[in-house]
Amino acid sequence: MIINYDKSIKKNAWKPKYLRNSIRAFVSGGSICLFGQILLKLYELAGFEKEETGSLMIVTLILIASLLTGIGVFDKIGQWAGAGSLVPVTGFANSMTSAALEYKKEGLVLGVATNLFKLAGAVITFGVVSAYILGMLRYLIENFVL
Amino acid sequence: MKKIGKNSIQFSKVYMSETATIVGPLERSGPLGNFFDYAYDDLYCEEDSWEKAEQRLVKDAISLVMTKSFKNDKDIDYVIAGDLINQDVISNYVMRDFRIPLFGIYGACSTSVEGLILGSSLIEGEIGSNIIVSTSSHNSTAERQFRNPTEYGGQKPDTATFTVTGAGACLLTNNETKIKVESATVGTVIDGKQKDANDMGSAMAPAAAETIKQHMEDLNRTPDYYDMIVTGDLSKVGKPILIDILKDNEVDISNNHTDCGILIYDSEKQPVFAGGSGCACCAVVSFGYLVSLLNNNLINKILIIATGALMNPIMMFQKETIPSIAHAISLEKI
Repeated sequence: MIINYDKSIKKNAWKPKYLRNSIRAFVSGGSICLFGQILLKLYELAGFEKEETGSLMIVTLILIASLLTGIGVFDKIGQWAGAGSLVPVTGFANSMTSAALEYKKEGLVLGVATNLFKLAGAVITFGVVSAYILGMLRYLIENFVL
Repeated sequence: MKKIGKNSIQFSKVYMSETATIVGPLERSGPLGNFFDYAYDDLYCEEDSWEKAEQRLVKDAISLVMTKSFKNDKDIDYVIAGDLINQDVISNYVMRDFRIPLFGIYGACSTSVEGLILGSSLIEGEIGSNIIVSTSSHNSTAERQFRNPTEYGGQKPDTATFTVTGAGACLLTNNETKIKVESATVGTVIDGKQKDANDMGSAMAPAAAETIKQHMEDLNRTPDYYDMIVTGDLSKVGKPILIDILKDNEVDISNNHTDCGILIYDSEKQPVFAGGSGCACCAVVSFGYLVSLLNNNLINKILIIATGALMNPIMMFQKETIPSIAHAISLEKI
């Protein structure tokens, strides 16, 4: 019976490539944001109101990310870009589209609808909880402190 | 049959007959592509779900073994089959179409050798004379069960492994063939206290080391007894750890060790991270490539150690460590 494996495991451990991953995330995430900015300007030039252009830009990015997920390209981009493609709205779109595709075979209700937020659910939960807490704080401060 | 040493069994009249290997496209285009019997061009294997695709692979493999050995349902005493999907559904559903008694087994990626050991023991004990052992895995069924949806764009670390799509089956028999099942060592569950499900090589290397050391002790052998010592799916991460652990325990396998997960893909050219894994990894490499090395007199003695990481996503979410097991079987050319 061998007792001590730790030494060999630690000695041969692979180091995560933080620098490479950070540079890739910076470049890819920055490019996605730059593309979003270009979209904003284009929608503005096309004559949309300033309040509408933001929503239109986001919807366009969601559409592109979902399409890329559907044709099987987004996961390859994601493997290269890491947090760069995961953090912006594109990652959220991918998490929902990929879940929808994955559970299509189990049907619309028990498959797609039940599992759509399987990965994105945590984001929604924390979004709602933090919005609730901040909303309450603002209400209390505005009505009782100020 | 006799039990030898603490965990080992020596066989005297068990032989490996025909084998069949069915794989997916990436395995076909890998370095061992030509050693597999048949490959599908896409992961759906002409079916409409991943689970049906994996069943197709298993059914093809079992049918092909029976065809190759001119046997039908009534000639086979038992099928011993296993896969990675919850409740062994792939193997169980495939066996609806056969009238053969089934033992469904689970040992994660160690299932292939676990099946061989059980099958050999049944034959040695004269409880059967023709037994088919089958194992399978499919990249997409495994991804969705153990990880994320297949198209999810999260980044995986380099230490991750790529689940092999394929099914391997072989016929064990008491009629003499070219390949003898000589001995086996049954693994114990070992916990190397690893927690990263994206680094199963580190988690499984301790189990492989334990089983190899036990095998050498039980049978009073040294590693150079074997022409090849082949582990199942330790990948590029686990291989150096295994060699290192064993070296510290005065067992040197650095000259004749290789790993099915490293052999099956070209990790420079194929997007497979540290190498292949999954029940099918050890099965298709053993039944396709290694058996053909034996049959063609390129090697005479081989020790195959299938390694399995025994976790599931629930245990991982509960911050548990990953216990592992490794089973070894020794095949000899007659």
